[in-house]
Amino acid sequence: DPGQGGPASSRSLWSPWRLLPCEPWPLPQEPLTLPSPPAEQIRVKPDKTGVVTDGVKHSMNPFCEIAVEEAVRLKEKKLVKEVIAVSCGPVQCQETIRTALAMGADRGIHVEVPAAEADRVGPLQVARVLAKLAEREKVDLVLLGKQAIDDDCNQTGQMTAGLLDWPQGTFASQVTLEGAKLKVEREIDGGLETLRLKLPAVVTTDLRLNEPRYATLPNIMKAKKKKIEVIKASDLGVDLSSKLTVVSVEDPPQRTAGVKVETTEDLVAKLKEVGRI
Amino acid sequence: MAAVLRRSCGVLRSISHFEWRSQHTEAAHQREPGLGFSFELTKQQKEFQATARKFAREEVIPVAAKYDKTGEYPVPLVKRAWELGLMNTHIPESCGGLGLGTFDACLITEELAYGCTGFQTAVEANSLGQMPVIIAGNDQQQKKYLRRMTEEPMMCAYCVTEPGAGSDVAGIKTKAERKGDEYVINGQKMWITNGGKANWYFLLARSDPDPKAPASKAFTGFIVEADSPGVQIGKKELNMGQRCSDTRGIVFEDVKVPKENVLIGEGAGFKIAMGAFDRTRPTVAAGAVGLAQRALDEATKHALERKTFGKLLVEHQGISFLLAEMAMKVELARLSYQRAAWEVDAGRRNTFYASIAKAFAGDTANQLASDAVQIFGGYGFNSEYPVEKLMRDAKIYQIYEGTAQIQRLIIAREHIGKYKS
Repeated sequence: DPGQGGPASSRSLWSPWRLLPCEPWPLPQEPLTLPSPPAEQIRVKPDKTGVVTDGVKHSMNPFCEIAVEEAVRLKEKKLVKEVIAVSCGPVQCQETIRTALAMGADRGIHVEVPAAEADRVGPLQVARVLAKLAEREKVDLVLLGKQAIDDDCNQTGQMTAGLLDWPQGTFASQVTLEGAKLKVEREIDGGLETLRLKLPAVVTTDLRLNEPRYATLPNIMKAKKKKIEVIKASDLGVDLSSKLTVVSVEDPPQRTAGVKVETTEDLVAKLKEVGRI
Repeated sequence: MAAVLRRSCGVLRSISHFEWRSQHTEAAHQREPGLGFSFELTKQQKEFQATARKFAREEVIPVAAKYDKTGEYPVPLVKRAWELGLMNTHIPESCGGLGLGTFDACLITEELAYGCTGFQTAVEANSLGQMPVIIAGNDQQQKKYLRRMTEEPMMCAYCVTEPGAGSDVAGIKTKAERKGDEYVINGQKMWITNGGKANWYFLLARSDPDPKAPASKAFTGFIVEADSPGVQIGKKELNMGQRCSDTRGIVFEDVKVPKENVLIGEGAGFKIAMGAFDRTRPTVAAGAVGLAQRALDEATKHALERKTFGKLLVEHQGISFLLAEMAMKVELARLSYQRAAWEVDAGRRNTFYASIAKAFAGDTANQLASDAVQIFGGYGFNSEYPVEKLMRDAKIYQIYEGTAQIQRLIIAREHIGKYKS
């Protein structure tokens, strides 16, 4: 699977008056491999504590891009006063925030986590940070990507809503502001579900919500003048410690050849033999 | 065998999904003197490059073959490029532009050319047409002719070449006669890119009828509105490659141009026309490198899929050595245009480097396109595979904006000049 390992969470914060789209720590991206050994592919670290992220190109989580795009669209429709892009992680986060600024966010907040600790920052820790920021900035809506493509946790948005005790609309494929309520259409296993949330609320974005725009060259240049505030989790009074430890990270087992048998009785016997039943 | 296939599928998937060219060199653009040599791009340059790359891969490549077949002008692509800010990058901020330097323009051009050089030439011709106005236009001329290009997508053209004079610019015969407050232009221009789409032209004409007058005094540069009475636009020429680009002959019959549209003054034209090249030659070289990189990528991808004599093409040294040489040339061509662009952005005369870049990159593009066809074998010759278009498109890089031979004349002159005195 491409892009394994690394810290998690995509989040976006939004607020109808103040919008906070958040990007996660930039995701490792599988680099272009050359006609050469697959040495450039994602590899598990020899000490099995995680995946090698040095020298791997990182970029904004795709679901977070969708969140930023939605935030900017709300601002263009004048339903939102300000869009704040937030990211939690090491210094490379600032590049991702810059991309969000180039897409149209007004300012950025980088909650800096030293690279060595970044691995241990999971959805709960980020949710704590976002909850505190949402309160500090007095936002009305928090918009995040539904999950990060490196760990696929799909937890941060829900946890943030829980910590803030705000309503949540996850897997959003359509978001409409109706007065003081937010109508969210969600993609669920059975089809589409429509919710109406009272603001303030948390929404996580799914693939079909929108098509993120390019950063045009004029906007990239304008983004340079936009501010990115750099703070530490401790400035927000947030404890980043985790009760989880990664015991081991391993490659998925190599697929071995299957075995064909002649009859159902043989099949049952074989399954008993290997202890499966 | 299965493992090899799976590995190469993974490689291919990652090549196609993640447009990261790990062999992409990044070169220096220093604003602070004395920091030593650096190959690092600024954050902004990387972002510009990323936008151009995304646009080229996602929007240009899928339609390039269609425009090549029909020869239709790629209006939707031009509009999109304009919206994204990828066009007209040299226009100063005072006229609503981004005021970017040549280096930034080169980064963008290489990415666009990777997608389709026909489209990239149409876009580049705007920069060439605008350059005389940018470097020599007065405030009023700049505001009038450059601002309109940032307000809506439109094209302009550089009209210098004639049916009887290409390399020998001093041999052009289009006449400009002063009559009161106007000049009257008579003559014929040929091979004008964007000729049929331009809103206005930069035109070079002979204002001094005396055949003994030196080139540095005999020519004048004008801005001519394309809808001026007497401008007769010829048919779209059917060329070997870059077929979606619009190339035409234009006849000027008693075309009146107000004196306000003279750049600098009578007799200053030759220097302006040549000065524009110092800024645009690096970008033309960048375009050639974009094509060369595309040829290399396509050939490499193919060589990882195709098997012969029991192994993949890349496992045959004949092929891998060829790919190695192609890679060498792309890297060197890229470094050469980056140097040329960096020099002119630093405020220095870059003629020597610009000519080297253009000559080398043009030759490289042709060699690599031909090599790519070779690696594809029979499929390379076929129009359903992307490389034959590259070979047809590459040829013009040895011809326009100064032929390969003219570049050698310039390089020789500059080089030898260093040893004299």
